[in-house]
Amino acid sequence: METIVAALPYLLKGLQVTLYIFVIAVILGFIIGTVIALFRLAPIKILNWIAKIYIDAIRGTPFLVQLFFIYFGLNSLSWISFNSTTAGIITVAINAGAYFAEIIRAGIQSIDRGQTEAARSLGLTGSQNMRFIVLPQAFRRMLPTITNQSIISLKDTSLLSIIGIADLTQQGEIQASATFESFKIWLIVGIIYFIVIYLLTILANFLERRFQLR
Amino acid sequence: MSVIQVKNLRKSFGQLEVLKDINVEIKEKEVVCVIGPSGSGKSTFLRCLNRLEEISGGQVIVNNHDITDPKININTVRQEVGMVFQSFNLFPHKTVLENVTLAPIKVLGMGKEEAEKTALELLTKVGLKEKANGYPGELSGGQKQRVAIARALAMNPKIMLFDEPTSALDPEMVGDVLEVMKDLAREGMTMVVVTHEMGFAREVGDRVIFMDGGFIVEENLPDELFSNPQHERTKAFLSKVL
Ligand SMILES: Nc1ncnc2c1ncn2[C@@H]1O[C@H](COP(=O)(O)OP(=O)(O)OP(=O)(O)O)[C@@H](O)[C@H]1O
Ligand SMILES: [Mg+2]
Repeated sequence: METIVAALPYLLKGLQVTLYIFVIAVILGFIIGTVIALFRLAPIKILNWIAKIYIDAIRGTPFLVQLFFIYFGLNSLSWISFNSTTAGIITVAINAGAYFAEIIRAGIQSIDRGQTEAARSLGLTGSQNMRFIVLPQAFRRMLPTITNQSIISLKDTSLLSIIGIADLTQQGEIQASATFESFKIWLIVGIIYFIVIYLLTILANFLERRFQLR
Repeated sequence: MSVIQVKNLRKSFGQLEVLKDINVEIKEKEVVCVIGPSGSGKSTFLRCLNRLEEISGGQVIVNNHDITDPKININTVRQEVGMVFQSFNLFPHKTVLENVTLAPIKVLGMGKEEAEKTALELLTKVGLKEKANGYPGELSGGQKQRVAIARALAMNPKIMLFDEPTSALDPEMVGDVLEVMKDLAREGMTMVVVTHEMGFAREVGDRVIFMDGGFIVEENLPDELFSNPQHERTKAFLSKVL
């Protein structure tokens, strides 16, 4: 018990780092995903290609390789330099962005064409139609899948400990080797992740009910 | 004065030529009904009038705007042309009132208060004022269609296009929607109505156009066309629907 009480402040500090990276990366990832989804659907060939290459490249490579490429690979170039936290945020954001893009594309395409026709026939421009009619409806429909991907991204952040980010997992490693209480420490770390993800699910369910399609 | 002029209009979907040389003029305050068998190109014709379909050839002039001119800002033309769809296409995530105020606020830049005032007047006119704060999902088909009409009218259009507005409705709902359309016609709205309601065409229409196979086969005053059709195809069609 004492080991746990002693270790807990460190673990919670790690949790702070995890959440900090997660929140920023998911917001960035969502923005990237929206832009890439619009690229994918735009009637412009080059944009379609950019989006497709981006999505395929991310989906076709492991997360760790992406992380190493950005942190070690890009950092080895003389004109680029960023610290491990920045590299971590960028990797999670870029990774989530690709998956979000596919979710958002499917969401947009699931909205009945009649919605766009009604909006355009009223004189709304293409982008007004996206902003006020299509995306709000698509977003509601996508919420469960978005939650899923966010949870995956949250779990992915635990891999960032490998490049030395002091996140929850890294703090777990430190505490486990310092206390020789691997079983208890990793159990606690697992429980903390579980609680966070559980809270995330509750938040998502709440939003889903709030935004329920009538 | 003609508010719609269609000259040699052609429209193809890939290899399929759906409209072949359509020529028609529609005058201000005229109510023109378009009838014809399924697949004859009625919807496509209507949708060319506000360029929901890209036009393959010919010229379409609406309110003195040549909408076949690639340089034209089609959004400004569409502001003056309301459209009502068979499947209503209300915005399900917006309240009834918001459905009606959205375009005036976002497109015309109207203030919220003014837009809501106009919207409530229009909803009163179509008999749905008390539903203003409900959502489309709570309405019956006939009520949805009346909201859709109010939504189009909120832009204060010069022309209204209707594509089979009552075809998706239960029979007992049809009357309410037709009533609203008759009121509009009486107020002098220019209307183009694709319809299967021959009674409506006869009673309200100033002219009926019969389309078949991508052509206008025959057009005439409703009474003339219905009681004395000139073409075999018109006769065959009327004998099936009347
Ligand atoms: N987007 C499209 N792509 C390809 N073909 C189309 C498209 N829209 C319509 N068509 C075809 O064009 C022809 C005319 O269609 P249109 O919808 O104009 O007929 P309609 O007279 O309105 O028929 P209905 O009474 O069934 O509504 C049909 O053969 C239809 O299959
Ligand atoms: Mg049709």
